[in-house]
Amino acid sequence: MVNVYKLFGGRQVLKNICLDVRRGEILSIIGPSGAGKTTLLKLMDLLLHPDRGKIFFDGVDTDVDEKRRRLLRREMGMVFQHPALFDTTVFNNVALGLRIRGYPAEEIRKRVEGALSYVGLRGFAKRKVLSLSAGEAQRVSLARALVLEPKLLLLDEPTANLDPANVLQIEETVRRVNLEKGVTVVIATHNLLQAKRLSHRVAFLWMGELVEVGETREVFENPRSERTALYLSGKVVY
Amino acid sequence: MGKAEVEKKGGANHLAGWEEVFYGLVKAVELIFSGDPDVVQITILSLRVSGLATLIGGALGIPLGALVALRTFRGKTLVVSVINTLMGLPPVLVGLVYYILLSSTGPLGFLRLLYTPEAMILAQLTMVLPIAAGVTISSVSTIDPKLREVAVSLGANPLQETAILLWEARVGLLTALVVGFGAAISEVGAIMIVGGNLLGYTRALTTAIVLLTNQGEFVEAIALGIILLTLAFLVNAILTLLQMRSRSSLFAQIYTREPRLKW
Repeated sequence: MVNVYKLFGGRQVLKNICLDVRRGEILSIIGPSGAGKTTLLKLMDLLLHPDRGKIFFDGVDTDVDEKRRRLLRREMGMVFQHPALFDTTVFNNVALGLRIRGYPAEEIRKRVEGALSYVGLRGFAKRKVLSLSAGEAQRVSLARALVLEPKLLLLDEPTANLDPANVLQIEETVRRVNLEKGVTVVIATHNLLQAKRLSHRVAFLWMGELVEVGETREVFENPRSERTALYLSGKVVY
Repeated sequence: MGKAEVEKKGGANHLAGWEEVFYGLVKAVELIFSGDPDVVQITILSLRVSGLATLIGGALGIPLGALVALRTFRGKTLVVSVINTLMGLPPVLVGLVYYILLSSTGPLGFLRLLYTPEAMILAQLTMVLPIAAGVTISSVSTIDPKLREVAVSLGANPLQETAILLWEARVGLLTALVVGFGAAISEVGAIMIVGGNLLGYTRALTTAIVLLTNQGEFVEAIALGIILLTLAFLVNAILTLLQMRSRSSLFAQIYTREPRLKW
């Protein structure tokens, strides 16, 4: 992302964002609620257009027509804070992205089963989403993104409001997918411990500005910015 | 109990209200099982006219409703208000307008459709279309906006996105058809005017009931009313069953036919 600005109704949500996501890393975007984390992720997923600046994906300028943006978007997978599952079975939810891409039925079946096993939901394929717990629903949402074998996995507060067991399960899956499949992960979180546990690098977003980006340990132990230090110490509260 | 027995009791005209209903019920059973050719023809015509009006009205109204619900454009509120108003279109007015349009001196007189089943379909479809569109708008509008975002994020093109969202609103869409069919099959004013109630050609169950009532043949009228009610119940029961099934297996059935949905 190069000098990216985003406005909503005249309000500047993101200001002059310059951020480089490295291939194969887990990057956590930390910051208080309303800092612009979700907007940043939606810009990365090409769901939104920046008002100024450029976004490159795999070296390709994403400021192209919608058809080409869609093709680029199909290289990514996004998990939203709320699972947002369709009112049908777990299988149909996980299979949707593959069906959109026109995969044959047999391959869809195999990949969906594989993705469900990966997130610890083997045997859940025929379950209705309405019968799932919040943690299970979020893992279905994660499987729906992973089944596409994305180059870039975008996670927007994926464990907010989940119990510790589900949080650990999701974190473990993210770690595995990064290690075993080399998927680049960007995770927006206000859970500092999660960012510390999971990420290689951390970016601190504050009121739409990218205050600091660095190696996780460096940022947590020796933050360069005073605002980062205050936030990490829990003194900047919104 | 047949008509002769009814007449022995002093004729249908002199029966008390509850007796008419009772004999009507008996007569209805008799008419259904005797396969009276007139009744069969009238019933089939009613089903054909209202069924086709519902199918065509749904085929046009559902995409129209989806378009209005999913797109943002200037004057959207006005369009929704107009559709909602048209949902309560008075059948007699529809009949009158089509009568003027289709009469020999009218602008569409050259089509020679007046007093034909096609004119009846046209009139009923004019009433079903806004109902289908209106119910679709309200069903699609209640879908969680996040689902739309998910569909786009998964890489859906605009057509796929619409199909996914319509599928999510499938119960509402079936409701649109149920309500549309209910309005069509029970309608009398419009088809009476444009169909002419011609025996063996444009006489439907509702128009036949009006005629029999005017002639004082209350038992037969009630019998046809019971057939009409049974018919409406059966069609609605099928659609309701589909609604219930659509929440479960129908999705899987359609979606696993992969070649059909290679978007």
